Amino acid sequence: MRDQRLWTWHVRAGVVILVFLGLHMAIMHIDTVLGLFNRPGTEAIDWSNVIDRARSAFFMVTYVVLLGAALFHGLYGLRTILFELNPGAGLKKGLSVLLTVVGVGLFGLGTWVAWASFGLARAL
Amino acid sequence: MVATNALSEVIFRVRRFDPAADAAPRWEEHRLPYTLGMTVLDGLKRLKETIAPGLAWRSSCRMGVCGSCGMFINGRARLACNTQITELGTHVVMVAPLPNFDTIRDLVPDLVPMFDAHQALMPYVIRGDRDEMTIPTGEFAQSAHELEQFLQFSYCIRCGCCMAACPTYATDPRYSGPMPLAQAHRYNADTRDDGFSARRTVLAGEAGPWRCHYAGECSRVCPKGVDPAKAIQLMKRELVLDYLRLRRERCPAEVAAKPAGIKRRDGIPEAPKPTI
Repeated sequence: MRDQRLWTWHVRAGVVILVFLGLHMAIMHIDTVLGLFNRPGTEAIDWSNVIDRARSAFFMVTYVVLLGAALFHGLYGLRTILFELNPGAGLKKGLSVLLTVVGVGLFGLGTWVAWASFGLARAL
Repeated sequence: MVATNALSEVIFRVRRFDPAADAAPRWEEHRLPYTLGMTVLDGLKRLKETIAPGLAWRSSCRMGVCGSCGMFINGRARLACNTQITELGTHVVMVAPLPNFDTIRDLVPDLVPMFDAHQALMPYVIRGDRDEMTIPTGEFAQSAHELEQFLQFSYCIRCGCCMAACPTYATDPRYSGPMPLAQAHRYNADTRDDGFSARRTVLAGEAGPWRCHYAGECSRVCPKGVDPAKAIQLMKRELVLDYLRLRRERCPAEVAAKPAGIKRRDGIPEAPKPTI
């Protein structure tokens, strides 16, 4: 059951990454054509656009969701590769715990950064 | 392909190993005259008859049906009976037992782990109506389209070539391997079967299809043209849909109604009673 659950979340995280990376590409690289997300006549990395996104609760949430999805997807993939080296049962458990701790730690740090920059931008 | 008229002699390099006498496997080289239509199995038989009487391997039907003579021939898992010498493109034939299995002796692999994994996945029709299974009253109805969903997987002869080619099975002994997984899918996809939940107890864990990273070697080497890699991907999809509660539950096929209004012609005897 555990492997079925982990694999399903791996697939789900992949779909989330696909959607949000698509959004990232649209905003950062093809918005000069689309003209949907940035101020007219400006670049995506102009200060005004950066601050607009930083003030947006929508973008703050997407950063956190994308971070969670990318961390889970990447770390589960790394776990799969490491497990192919055929470690013993104890080492497998240790690797799973280590990767979970690393993932949760990085997710906490990234969430704090997204939340803090959201608050800073709104204070400006 | 080597032209048959260019081939007069075949060099057989055969891996020998007797655990009772040898510390490690060794290679033996023998020369045999080529005869038209010679398969690797023919060559091995000739070797045993003339030069190496102690050479051991498994074979039975010599026509690619029984799945006994899976061997590692010139770097690829194949059926010895189904492999023409001329197909190999060289006059040197290297024969070893299937990799990823222990060797019992010479070219005889220990396939017990494969059949244990196969058995654990319940490769048979499971239904709730035990009375009908024990004393059948008719045939279960199945359309041609429903048959197509699993037909190719039922051509598997359990030769173990796919298991020998699988890089995941080589490194993870808990992984069931392509043959048992493809056979589990074969029954999960069969509309007469209702055993998905029972098989899921094994498939959802470490023995399931999750470690497969789609190298596709199992499908490439299968001598019967079965596509176990496809079965494994289809099984993953079923299990993901099952976890998301999106899998369409189905009732197992009912017993088909007997055709009405048909009379037996005179002189045609009754069919014998079912023996199973």
